[in-house]
Amino acid sequence: MIAAALTCVAVLLALAPAGIVLATHARGSAVVYGASLVATLALCVIALSVLLDPAHPTLSTTLPVGLPWLGAHFRIDPLAAFFLSAINFGGAAASLFALGYGRHEHSPGRVLPFYPAYLAAMNAVVLADDAFSFLVAWEFMSLASWALVVAHHRESENVRAGYVYLLMASFGTLTLLLAFGVLAGGSGSYDFATIRATHLTPMLSTAVLLLALLGAGSKAGLVPLHAWLPLAHPAAPSHVSALMSGVMTKVAIYGFVRVVFDLLGQPEWWWSMLVLAIGGPSATLGVLYALMQRDIKRVLAYSTIENIGIVFVGLGLALAFKAEGMAWVAALAFTAALLHVLNHAAFKSLLFFGAGCVLNATGERDMERLGGLIHRMPQTAVAMLIGCVAISALPPFNGFVSEWLTFQAILLSPQLPSWGLKLIIPAVGGLLALAAALAAACFVKLYGISFLGRARGEAAGGAQEVDRFSLAALFALAAFCLVAGIFPGLFIDALGPVATAMVGNSMPHQAGLEWLTIVPIAESRSSYNGLLLFAFVLLSGSIASIAIHRLASDRLRRAPAWDCGFPDSSPAIQYTASSFSQPIRRVFGTTIFAAREIGEMPPPGSAAPARLVVDMHDLIWDALYAPIAKAIGFATERINVLQFLTIRRYLALVFVALIVLLLVLAI
Amino acid sequence: MHGLEFDVAHLLAGTLVLASFMMLYQDRLTALLNVYALHALVLALSVAWQAFIQDAPHLYVTAFIALVFKATIIPVALHRIIVRLGIHREIETAVGVGLTMMAGIGLVALSMVVMLRVTPGADALAREDLAFALSVVLLGLLIMVTRRNAVSQVVGFMSLENGLVLAATGAKGMPLVVEISVAFSVLIAFIVIGIFLFRIRERFDSVDIQALDRFRGERR
Repeated sequence: MIAAALTCVAVLLALAPAGIVLATHARGSAVVYGASLVATLALCVIALSVLLDPAHPTLSTTLPVGLPWLGAHFRIDPLAAFFLSAINFGGAAASLFALGYGRHEHSPGRVLPFYPAYLAAMNAVVLADDAFSFLVAWEFMSLASWALVVAHHRESENVRAGYVYLLMASFGTLTLLLAFGVLAGGSGSYDFATIRATHLTPMLSTAVLLLALLGAGSKAGLVPLHAWLPLAHPAAPSHVSALMSGVMTKVAIYGFVRVVFDLLGQPEWWWSMLVLAIGGPSATLGVLYALMQRDIKRVLAYSTIENIGIVFVGLGLALAFKAEGMAWVAALAFTAALLHVLNHAAFKSLLFFGAGCVLNATGERDMERLGGLIHRMPQTAVAMLIGCVAISALPPFNGFVSEWLTFQAILLSPQLPSWGLKLIIPAVGGLLALAAALAAACFVKLYGISFLGRARGEAAGGAQEVDRFSLAALFALAAFCLVAGIFPGLFIDALGPVATAMVGNSMPHQAGLEWLTIVPIAESRSSYNGLLLFAFVLLSGSIASIAIHRLASDRLRRAPAWDCGFPDSSPAIQYTASSFSQPIRRVFGTTIFAAREIGEMPPPGSAAPARLVVDMHDLIWDALYAPIAKAIGFATERINVLQFLTIRRYLALVFVALIVLLLVLAI
Repeated sequence: MHGLEFDVAHLLAGTLVLASFMMLYQDRLTALLNVYALHALVLALSVAWQAFIQDAPHLYVTAFIALVFKATIIPVALHRIIVRLGIHREIETAVGVGLTMMAGIGLVALSMVVMLRVTPGADALAREDLAFALSVVLLGLLIMVTRRNAVSQVVGFMSLENGLVLAATGAKGMPLVVEISVAFSVLIAFIVIGIFLFRIRERFDSVDIQALDRFRGERR
């Protein structure tokens, strides 16, 4: 099994050089994406077969590559199998979408070689079973995605995004390198089996936790390490954006889970405080940022931060309950987090694909110039609607299930013995609830402004429906969102072995329950039935629609919309994206974004227009990143002098350095 | 007998350090080259003595190389170069002689302290040899730092290399291959630097490296 998985990864890797050659061919992109689709589907099937077969022996192998005395260890355990299936599910969907979308790529030579390499690297990270292979694959993943971010390098914004991304990715890899260094320090061996068997002192364990949180968190986009994410994710071509947002952030979560839940052993109770204190604000801040944006892909990128925050809250809860010995609740929180990983991979990919379709059809990413697309692109609009509903966590779609399970775990927090956790978990729950509501507002805005109303520009007015491959990918993901929302029990049961391996227990078996109900803990406490809810929504919706058409009028009439009495109803008088988010900006913006609204009224008698300027700052950037950048700039200014010394001074420098070293030796 | 062997080796190594000191205060190029030739001659004698007392015939080859290349060919070639460049009568304004000598004395003291401290296990001959060799290396560096003329920097570099050879021969069991490769690399460096000297001269009418700095247009 592992051999088959590695073969698929090798095929993907081999596609990378093939992509260079094929980029010049007319049908080259179809070949590369088609082959990627087959390889990722095969990997998905392999991973699922490992995950669903409880009797499957753990699979591992060692290849004689990499460090000479270590080799490269690979292994598929339940955790890896779950993440493999999530990654390749997203990868397969992106490849299918790209079969159609990739045809419009104007510089395929910059995308085709890196795309399969990127997929291969993400798979290799999850398959790796020693620190060296893990880090090599991780860095390879970062570099391949960087190349894809700067694929359209003519736009100066993308180059800057790539630069910031590269810096943050190096930082993340550095911290992970240090984390594994500390982990391996006890035994001196880098393979995970040995690391797992050694026990670290509490201080070293804490250091590993912090480093892993920094390393994985910077890749996943936790606040305040998120700065690169909203720049880099939208800069890439849309199918790659979907991979970066929907899949690569999951690889980062995998890295965190692998280190903290698997390699570190039994957690301390206060570790979870740290994870929760970062996860909760990430969720809320991410969605608040998202609400303030006008660019569709940036909205989606910021919303990724929110969802990663939700996942980390789930993981933090699992840590807390695991540390306190309440494995059955830990299993609930852990399952909720992993389910959200899968769900987010599905609907975020769907939404990025939709954004890609819109971008292709109109050439616009700015919501203020879109509008009315539901008439021009009806099928895309339906799929996007499903994605928006799912990500807003509305039943009967999948987003609801995972967030609901997270809240179930939060509601059990009063049973925890430590007061710190008792106090912080409800607060985080409040943040999460706020984030969920704001996310709904955010996606109402995204969908309403872009797809409803009237076209705000020429491009939006002349949009055409996209090709069938793109639509197939959109509808496949939309169907997944619905199925995962109606039959969550299947997924929860499949996650059982993962939870058992990581937190020592699993959620109660769901398959035997009547009417496909899911029960997190016990029937008396709470239960959820997606099917019933779906049937109810469908039934009540149809009845209402039939009633309106039968009782009121069965004829479809088209009439001019009421224009509020304006004589000239241009599309510009419609509600705009920024006007939609203005109330929320007024409530939160003054403190979180230091937002100021400056109204400029012309003096009486002047014909100049009145202006309203909104001034917003990213306080995290100003407080954290700008000083560092400034300090580095200052230091390099100073050190730069060394570039312009005379030959004698260079010699003297070397001489003095030598003398100082000798003095150190002598004294 | 051991006493005599040790004393002669000590004397020769000490003479080498003395020659380095002599090079420090030479402000005429011709004189500097003559002292360098003396330096290389003392090195050759020292290496030959080491060959004799260690009973290592291959060290005679090293001594021979030092005698032919360093004591003869290179000084003669450098003499011809400075005559062709027309700088053989030039007086070089080095850093003040007194200051340089003081720094040199400090360096010798430093190398003694360092070497005697880090090599307590080695035999006395090797220790003394290494200490002197380090002094010669440091003095060579000091010559390079305090000189402004490219030719005298080359000479400083060569004397530094002599210090390395002294250190290498003091240690028993140094293979000849290493020795020859070091000598060869110095020769190459000499050729390259010689060519550069002429190129610099062609372009700037001077081998004073300040001209190079002015050409780069940097602040001083």
